[in-house]
Amino acid sequence: MRPIFAKPLSARHATLLALLLLIAVAPAFFPSNFYYRVGTLIFINGLAVTGLVVLIGYAGQISLGHAGFAGLGAYACALGPVHLGLPPALSLVLGAVLSGLLAWLVGRPILRLKGHYLAIATLGFGVLVSMVLANEAWLTGGPDGMAVADLGLRGLLKSAGIKVGNAELWYWLAGLILLAGAWLALNLKDSPSGRALRSLHDSEVAARTVGVDVAGYKLSAFVISAVYASVSGSLLALTNRFVTPDIANFLHSIELVTMTVLGGAGTVIGAVTGALLLTALPQVLTALQEYEHIVFGLIMMLVMIFLPDGLLPSLHRLLRRRSS
Amino acid sequence: MTLLEIEGLGIDFGGVTAVDGVGFTAEPGRIVSVIGPNGAGKTTLFNMISGVYLPARGRVRLDGEDVTGLAPNRLAERGLSRTFQNLQVFLRMSVLDNVMAGRHLAERGSTLADLLGLPSTRRRSRETERAARALLERVGLERAAEREASALSYGALKRLEIARALASRPRLLLLDEPAAGCNPVETEEIDALIAAIAAEGVAVLLVEHDMKLVMKISHHVVVLDHGEKIAEGAPETVARDPKVVEAYLGAHAGREGSHALG
Repeated sequence: MRPIFAKPLSARHATLLALLLLIAVAPAFFPSNFYYRVGTLIFINGLAVTGLVVLIGYAGQISLGHAGFAGLGAYACALGPVHLGLPPALSLVLGAVLSGLLAWLVGRPILRLKGHYLAIATLGFGVLVSMVLANEAWLTGGPDGMAVADLGLRGLLKSAGIKVGNAELWYWLAGLILLAGAWLALNLKDSPSGRALRSLHDSEVAARTVGVDVAGYKLSAFVISAVYASVSGSLLALTNRFVTPDIANFLHSIELVTMTVLGGAGTVIGAVTGALLLTALPQVLTALQEYEHIVFGLIMMLVMIFLPDGLLPSLHRLLRRRSS
Repeated sequence: MTLLEIEGLGIDFGGVTAVDGVGFTAEPGRIVSVIGPNGAGKTTLFNMISGVYLPARGRVRLDGEDVTGLAPNRLAERGLSRTFQNLQVFLRMSVLDNVMAGRHLAERGSTLADLLGLPSTRRRSRETERAARALLERVGLERAAEREASALSYGALKRLEIARALASRPRLLLLDEPAAGCNPVETEEIDALIAAIAAEGVAVLLVEHDMKLVMKISHHVVVLDHGEKIAEGAPETVARDPKVVEAYLGAHAGREGSHALG
């Protein structure tokens, strides 16, 4: 048996280590508090995108409606404390459970569809959620949105004698949750279920002949990714203390998919890189903000044409070819 | 002791009868080859037996149980495994992962446990990896274990599919042209491998164009032409059957026919 330090780092551990380092070290280079906010948004988007890695990267299924689940998570946190008297943290859990259930219900019929049909069906689902959120003004405040209760974590820490700025607190909290989400998705990848998902991605007929219940595993991936999107939406609502139906918008779904495929849908680190680039760019280059959606569309097209595997896998391949 | 029994199996595509009234049996430890000119319906027959196509007529029985029209994953649970003529390898996965995926039925468990990376999940993965490496060694691919499957040669992919099919420890194995596109040395290896698999008590059903291989390792040969069974029996009897000779010579004047005779 070799000593443990002589073993090469597995991709799983390397990814977690890289994420941990990124989260821990980045604040040392922040010129202002504003960057904690940018970091928080990156991690929150990174979480939704990690869920899409399971759906798009592992299982090879597309969804253009995941912002719908983010909307459910966000509004669960807005409505739970007001109507059910639930604390915000429990509302987040409730939203995740509801999103998972809904994904299970709508996923059963629509995952029978393939390619464009699946994309259109999920797109329709997302549009439906965002329309309900915008139109049921008596409940959701309509297009003007509604305020979201305070998570209460800062007060809790304060009473324990720990003082931390709001932006900073959210940075660490979102970072931790992203790490947990990445850990789960990485566990899945090389597990029996992960192999089943990746096998049906490459050949459904062969996956079925080795005994994989293709419909069942697709559904699992859809439910898992919906829960990720829901938690990400909840966090976004809680950190903004405000939510509008825009969160469930079709364009938000497109953003999430663009982030996933830009970095490389097959790996967690690739997808998080995509989230980092596409979240940070509009924040840093404010001049771009007006053209954000055009830029996103352009990036998606270019990636699909020139880097179908995504940025990181393509770079990796290029480097390997150079070195050999 | 019959493991597989098919009876009057038939299917039509758009009004054209592709296979009709085909029946035969397969027993553990024996190799049954299905031969016939191109377009005779061999692969279609395989697709019906393995649940990929739903037969329009006839019955498929495994251990006396009617399994006609069951989904491929249900048939896999009953011990059926197969390879594909036009390779269906998981190309984006590593060679090792391909074979590990073949052990799905033995290693599957709760997806929640897999997400959490529970010890039970990791134990199952370790057992699968051990079994998969042994199978890779058996088909001579152990040194390619960590490579992406898409990097393998055609002949190697054929062997990879056999290893994946064996990973489920099948009782009935359907091999669709396992030696197609392989050089004579590789064909020889596959030939020995198939004989060894059957010797372990697996019922093997083989579609193959290499007549030398078929005549050498088959216990029983079924001949199809235009979707119908025209002959069956021991290899040497079938090779002398005038109907078989005519089917081959009529369809392909020459090469394959003389192989069938040889």
